[in-house]
Amino acid sequence: MEIANAFALLTNFVILPAITYGAQLSLGALGVTIVFGILRFANFSHGELMSFGAMVTILTTHLLQTKGVSISPMPTALLALPAGILATIVIALLEDQIIFRFYRKNRSTPITFTIVSVGLMFFMAGLIRIIIGPNEHNFADGARFLISFRDFKAITGLDQGIAIRQTQLITLLVTLIVVISLFWFIYKTRWGKAMRAYSDNEDLALLSGINPERVVLIAWIIAGTLACIAGTLYSLDKIYKPFIFMQIMLPVFAATIIGGIGQPLGAVFGGFVVAFSEVTVTYSFKKFLAYLGPTNWEPEGLVQLLSTDYKYAVSFLVLILVLLVRPTGLIPGKTI
Amino acid sequence: MSLLMATGMTCGYGGAYIINDCALWVNKGEIAVIVGPNGAGKSTAMKAVFGMLNLCKGNVVFNGEDITHLAPQDRVRVGMGFVPQNRNVFVSLSVEENLEMGAFINDSDVSKMKEQIFELFPILAEKRNQPAGNLSGGQRQQVAVGRAMMTQPRLLMLDEPTAGVSPIVMDELFERIVDIALTGVAVIMVEQNASQALEIADQGFVLVQGSNRFVDTGKVLLANEEVRRSFLGG
Repeated sequence: MEIANAFALLTNFVILPAITYGAQLSLGALGVTIVFGILRFANFSHGELMSFGAMVTILTTHLLQTKGVSISPMPTALLALPAGILATIVIALLEDQIIFRFYRKNRSTPITFTIVSVGLMFFMAGLIRIIIGPNEHNFADGARFLISFRDFKAITGLDQGIAIRQTQLITLLVTLIVVISLFWFIYKTRWGKAMRAYSDNEDLALLSGINPERVVLIAWIIAGTLACIAGTLYSLDKIYKPFIFMQIMLPVFAATIIGGIGQPLGAVFGGFVVAFSEVTVTYSFKKFLAYLGPTNWEPEGLVQLLSTDYKYAVSFLVLILVLLVRPTGLIPGKTI
Repeated sequence: MSLLMATGMTCGYGGAYIINDCALWVNKGEIAVIVGPNGAGKSTAMKAVFGMLNLCKGNVVFNGEDITHLAPQDRVRVGMGFVPQNRNVFVSLSVEENLEMGAFINDSDVSKMKEQIFELFPILAEKRNQPAGNLSGGQRQQVAVGRAMMTQPRLLMLDEPTAGVSPIVMDELFERIVDIALTGVAVIMVEQNASQALEIADQGFVLVQGSNRFVDTGKVLLANEEVRRSFLGG
């Protein structure tokens, strides 16, 4: 019983949140890694693309809600998501045509692209705050829990419960669908293979008659789609705050690099590595150990490696540890 | 009229000319070999023919059409296939995918073409699902040539196809190149292994300081005392 309680506790507070958060990071990292693979620069504005996508989804959700449209018990946001994706693709393509294309034509260095993307990040952050304001938005509606804490306890008779929120399941299902379709696209279709070829060897791709502008276009469409889905799922699961998307670039970049830059599978992997480390390191294991230890004993401290305030630092810690052992990431990727 | 006729080619990087009034030509079904000392501009001449460098003077005529100002990717479309010296395969793609990418502009039956390449290079059929980056140097060169052949070019251009492979593999590659020429494809290649390459050459060009020093059939060049002494090591 004690052991079951301990693991229910761990599942509820570490494993489930980490899997959900890992899925969200993976989607973000996939977008960064695809842009890196094709355009060869670290896109700092990807977080704001996520924010933009979530914002459009939220505004559409509010519109649908006032019109009384609902797909209860599912959250209305799922219905609004396609609109968000479309808007994010449009903004990503506009960014490319107005800004990045100019530097591509000039054959600018990757660092120039990166700095440009930092500038774009600030611009987009400002634009988003002008449109939706700096405040939080909670737009999750529909059923909140699939299994509530109390139900779980009643069914199993344990002291500790596992609550599964609907947004967690939605995050996992949507991520699964998105990742499978993405991998199908890049490994099985003609243009997907062309993208991998272009990422591998730009000159030879040109000699094979692959149109680079078309490859770039597809890369932005994918990046926009992934960004919007990642941003929406993250906000739906937690809450939408515009400024959070500047901070979230840290774990997203860490996930990208840990997995191996330009490696889609690595990005997914990296997302989960970062999420699990972040949640595990900042979780207090006091109660967990109390269940496992002798009766009527509990650890004196919180048994927490780092305070939650440091959770973003964990990404860097993991990043450094991984790079010390495998400098090109878990799945060998490009070197910068 | 030769399939490829490049005349008076003059070009270079920055100010200096690397090749100066250089001429190259090759007929259908024949093999032309460019040899010469290091720095003679052999690779540059190939790049110039393929449009990877802009010519200051001279012009390139392919199949009766002036293509001097055509971009390299458009030259692929008119029937030229180019195998660069370095980075000539997609290392992270499988052998089969490399071939598919070669046929990217071909909407026609890719699988038939793929089978022909596998017939020409049986080892590639065996390794079709392996990433090209895991293959040996000689096998990689076969992938590179195979990739260029997928567009069914009328002219195949090879920049040092035997660089870094063993003598046995080199002989085999040369045999395959002869097979390709026998199907009616014109082949033009740059070679470091000059004497072996001239043996299979219908036409040989000895380039020195960016200009044609000797131009003749492979046999005549091999028999030429001065060519032997200066460029073929005795």
